[in-house]
Amino acid sequence: MTARETRYFGKPVRRNEDPKLLTGRALFVDDVDLPGMLHAAFYRSPYAHARIRAIDVSAAKAMPGVVAVYTAEDLGDYWQPGPLLVPPPPVHKMPVFNKRTQVPLAKEKVRFVGEPIVLVVAESRYIAEDALEQIDVAFEPLPAVVDVEAALAPDAPLVHEDAGTNIAAHVIQEKGNWEEALAAADVVIERRFVYDHGHAAPMETRGIVAHWDARMQTLTVWDTTQAPIPIRNGLAGMLGLSEHQVRVIAPFIGGGFGPKIMMFYQEEVLIPWASMQLARPIKWIEDRRENFLAMTQERYQIHDAKIALTRDGKILGVWDSFLHDTGAYIPYGLTVPLNAQCTLLGPYVVPHYYSEFKAVFTTKAIVTPYRGAGRQHGVFVMERLLDIAARELGLDRTEIRRKNFIPPDAFPWDNEIIYQDFAPLVYDSGNYEPALDKAMEMIGYRRFLEEEKARYRAEGRHVGLGIVAYVEGTGIGPYEGARVQVQPNGKVIVATGVGTQGQGHFTSFAQVVAEQLGVPVEDITVVTGDTAEFHWGTGTFASRGAVVAGSAIYEAAKAVREKVLRMASEELEVSPDDLELADGNVFVRGAPDRALRLGDLAIAANPLRGAVAPDTEPGLEATRYFGPPRGATASGVHAMLLEVDPETGFVRILKYVVVHDCGTVINPLIVEGQIHGGVAQGIGNAFYEKIVYDEHGQLLTASFMDYLVPTAMEVPPMEVAHVETPSPWNPLGAKGVGEAGAIPVGPLFAQALEDAFDNAFEVTEIPLSPQQVWALVHGSKEKQS
Amino acid sequence: MQKLSIEVTVNGTTYRRDVEPRLLLSDFLRHELGLTGTHVGCEHGVCGACTILLDGEPVRSCLMLAVQANGHTITTVEGVAPNETDLHPLQQAFRETHALQCGYCTPGFLMSLLPFVETHPNPTDDEIREALAGNLCRCTGYQHIVEAVKLACRLMHAPQDA
Repeated sequence: MTARETRYFGKPVRRNEDPKLLTGRALFVDDVDLPGMLHAAFYRSPYAHARIRAIDVSAAKAMPGVVAVYTAEDLGDYWQPGPLLVPPPPVHKMPVFNKRTQVPLAKEKVRFVGEPIVLVVAESRYIAEDALEQIDVAFEPLPAVVDVEAALAPDAPLVHEDAGTNIAAHVIQEKGNWEEALAAADVVIERRFVYDHGHAAPMETRGIVAHWDARMQTLTVWDTTQAPIPIRNGLAGMLGLSEHQVRVIAPFIGGGFGPKIMMFYQEEVLIPWASMQLARPIKWIEDRRENFLAMTQERYQIHDAKIALTRDGKILGVWDSFLHDTGAYIPYGLTVPLNAQCTLLGPYVVPHYYSEFKAVFTTKAIVTPYRGAGRQHGVFVMERLLDIAARELGLDRTEIRRKNFIPPDAFPWDNEIIYQDFAPLVYDSGNYEPALDKAMEMIGYRRFLEEEKARYRAEGRHVGLGIVAYVEGTGIGPYEGARVQVQPNGKVIVATGVGTQGQGHFTSFAQVVAEQLGVPVEDITVVTGDTAEFHWGTGTFASRGAVVAGSAIYEAAKAVREKVLRMASEELEVSPDDLELADGNVFVRGAPDRALRLGDLAIAANPLRGAVAPDTEPGLEATRYFGPPRGATASGVHAMLLEVDPETGFVRILKYVVVHDCGTVINPLIVEGQIHGGVAQGIGNAFYEKIVYDEHGQLLTASFMDYLVPTAMEVPPMEVAHVETPSPWNPLGAKGVGEAGAIPVGPLFAQALEDAFDNAFEVTEIPLSPQQVWALVHGSKEKQS
Repeated sequence: MQKLSIEVTVNGTTYRRDVEPRLLLSDFLRHELGLTGTHVGCEHGVCGACTILLDGEPVRSCLMLAVQANGHTITTVEGVAPNETDLHPLQQAFRETHALQCGYCTPGFLMSLLPFVETHPNPTDDEIREALAGNLCRCTGYQHIVEAVKLACRLMHAPQDA
């Protein structure tokens, strides 16, 4: 795609989906209401780790209004551990991988608080929950496995006894030879960092409605999933049905952010099965407490890291060894720790890299990707190492970054390790210095350091500046597909397999088609997430919707355009080169009265009588697929001014700027929204949100009273600017933007906080809290006195 | 469980229903009356997604029982605009400024903000953020919502043409 002036592509077009959402007429899963529908509730483990000695459901079964009660025993052969969604990566050194995946209902043992044990189906949710209180389970509590370091002690209790260890996986990746870097180094810096991520907390919890129609022999499932097609395929396999008998619909979804790509959740396995058993529709909607306990989350990694540098600040190498808390099972493989391992390298030339991690089983909720998906952890380590190195070497923090940026003429850049998509970690394109320059200008870097900081201090105020850089691997394969069809009424239908959770696909995908066909965006209907409409694809994850599905839609729209030109050139007897498409018509350039409606061409392309030329496909329709050879690497620089109250430990963000490069922008309004939302989640992660498990593995933060999602009072206004370095590896030149905003906020807070107190202390842990800030500030004062 | 008779006027229509005393108002609206535009986010009164107007005041329908609404007048998001084309200025402003992404929290924001935009011709950013602070949005980072409120106030309080 050329950078020429366009009518639709690259414009801040308002969204097609908004009127439905604004008037309360959009369909979410809990809005599905079917005749004869039953309601489900789950009895979940109150213990983090316990043996199940006995389960008595007789009183629950006897209650009026209760239709069925199922334990693991009742599932028979249907009881199977879930699939391993992402197999282990083809890395050279992986001494351990213990595949242990979640089971539909716990049988002999429970491994985290919230693990489902009994499914109750009743005439109403109220009755189903009443019945849960009548269930009696005899537990023999076992010691919880909460801390990842303690989990590796020789006498630690085992989450999976048959594995003989709590190590879920052990992976080593290397580039060059760290020993050489060490030998040549003038300076080596070594630190321990802890980065803890949190709950995605989408405003809509998970939910499923399953309807087995015994006469039609079809199963329809409404699911809050980010991946309806793999859910359809998996359900068909598990239930012994053909794929065409199963229709999975992911309607409007109230936010996903990663955990809704996890599959198969226990509830996803059970509700469709129960509907087939009872031949009635069943609804299960997760409540907020269940969401905190049982939806997947991200948690902490402990990194022991070293960086080797020359005296003038050139990176020679990085060494990192980390522990990753993966929770009770590992259904999503190693995506999160691999992302941490790979994204640590950032936009920098790192000649030698040694990275080793152990994923550790604990008796806590399962860890799978949540917006950023481990990238935060890696970026925190690298950016902190650079800040500390800059101080030790007496360099400006922006200079040490600039000095080590991969130069713009060095792309494609091969990092020589394997990424989460199992392809070598190769960056497609990038141009990092302009983003740094722009961010420095927008935040007023020099002016702050030379004048404003001292002025604030003279007023008794502690204000610090943070500025950090990052990359984000986005838009990975394997593929997506799309069908574009012009209707006889001239309107266009676009169908694709990815689901949508608020990203604006109904509009950005329409813009891609509008540009090709000259049809207004509001006349293009995009259908996503319904396997009856399009049944090939993988899902919405890894910031890949616009890149991969967008490119497939582009290719399909281009094919329809070619057919329009071919038909119109025959009909109007002009060369296709002399034709233009606009306002739903194709016309002769310079003679707009010699025009044909696209709708009329669609009718002509589907004749009822007469002969059509051999090998002609009917209709103005095309289906295309796109699979990128590798991902597209987005990048950016964030900067902020942070004011800290030394007496309370509270912080206030005075200014926040983002310079982002996501290649070619399809809709700047939507991109801005994605960045704003990402930063808000990053701010939550850095300072407000913290998952707290006690020593017994009990989750102490299972409500919005305890787990603090930022409000409009905590999230500041942001200034967003763009650098556009198109990706050469997809036809749109696009790179993903979904996760970017959330990735660098932790190290940004850390650096700004240190700066506000003239580096009197070091921040090596995220999230921070008022208590921690207070302790850091006062700890450093005690040290000085 | 013994049911109680209630009479509630919602979006101009009066409904008479027999309900269990424990039935939440949010469940009554969504599942008894089929008004599913009111969304349920937390059922403990923090997120604000289920906000409705009770006698013109924003309240959380998950923190009330249906029987407590007996004799009262309710407006839900379905009652704000007659259809998807003729939007209320606040809804228009949300669309113009891209103040919604997944849209799940949006009905709650709209219902919380309706009295505010009616009574504030020219609010400051701080006033707007305070007005938003009782509602959680996980997608937008709030910035575009602040812009939407400003725009809505301008649209609603613009001087009438002579």
